[in-house]
Amino acid sequence: MTCSEFLAQLDDLIDNNVTVPVRAELEEHLRGCEHCVVTLNTTRKTIEIYRKHEIYELPNELRERLQKAILAKCKKC
Amino acid sequence: MEAFEKLVRQYDRQVFRIAQHITQNREDAEDVVQDAFLKAYEKLDQFQGNSKFYTWLVRIAVNESLMRLRKRRTGRMVSIDEDVETEEGSMPRDLADWAPDPEQMYGQSEMAEILRKTIQGLPPGFRVVFVLRDVEGLSTEETAESLGLSIPAVKSRLLRARLQLRERLSRYFRNRSKDGVK
Repeated sequence: MTCSEFLAQLDDLIDNNVTVPVRAELEEHLRGCEHCVVTLNTTRKTIEIYRKHEIYELPNELRERLQKAILAKCKKC
Repeated sequence: MEAFEKLVRQYDRQVFRIAQHITQNREDAEDVVQDAFLKAYEKLDQFQGNSKFYTWLVRIAVNESLMRLRKRRTGRMVSIDEDVETEEGSMPRDLADWAPDPEQMYGQSEMAEILRKTIQGLPPGFRVVFVLRDVEGLSTEETAESLGLSIPAVKSRLLRARLQLRERLSRYFRNRSKDGVK
């Protein structure tokens, strides 16, 4: 398996969406390719970090104001 | 009305995040939250029970967000329907490993700034797929439905978005001790 072939399956591997034989082939490639190990681990970490950190939080005050405005407009509909 | 109120409270944070990710503008995101829920309310009778309410709402929010993004970037093409070609390929170039715990390298607000800056650099069509799939946790099918894209298009964008973000974050998170930098 080449690195390009590995990359084509990267998302399915991360999302746990590969069959047992395909997983075995991917793991076989990883045993001999440090670059793909780094790519896999750091891509996983990228997703994890974005999931964990709330970068656009809706502040409570604004949230309440928006909710009130929405419901007031809906009542007029 | 009470049921709708419950839906607003349940999904307003997500709609705000998605809108802010696409428009990158706080005022626009506020308007999108209001308009998306209002549209959803007006069209509630058109809502087909075969798709989840949330997926349907996200679709409305994405369209509203893109409309506002286009207004701000007049003359510049903003579309999620086209396959985005970027000079940045998918092949990883930065192959340095990251520090064992990159989150320890930066404070909370510095980290948020890095993450914001990094994701803002992606084309809107990649950004929105990454946000829906990986941040908001929609399935590939739900993302495709929300964006009006095919499943292969969602998959191809997700891979490129993930790899481009990884590549860009490497600048901040690479394991410096291995380079001899202290």
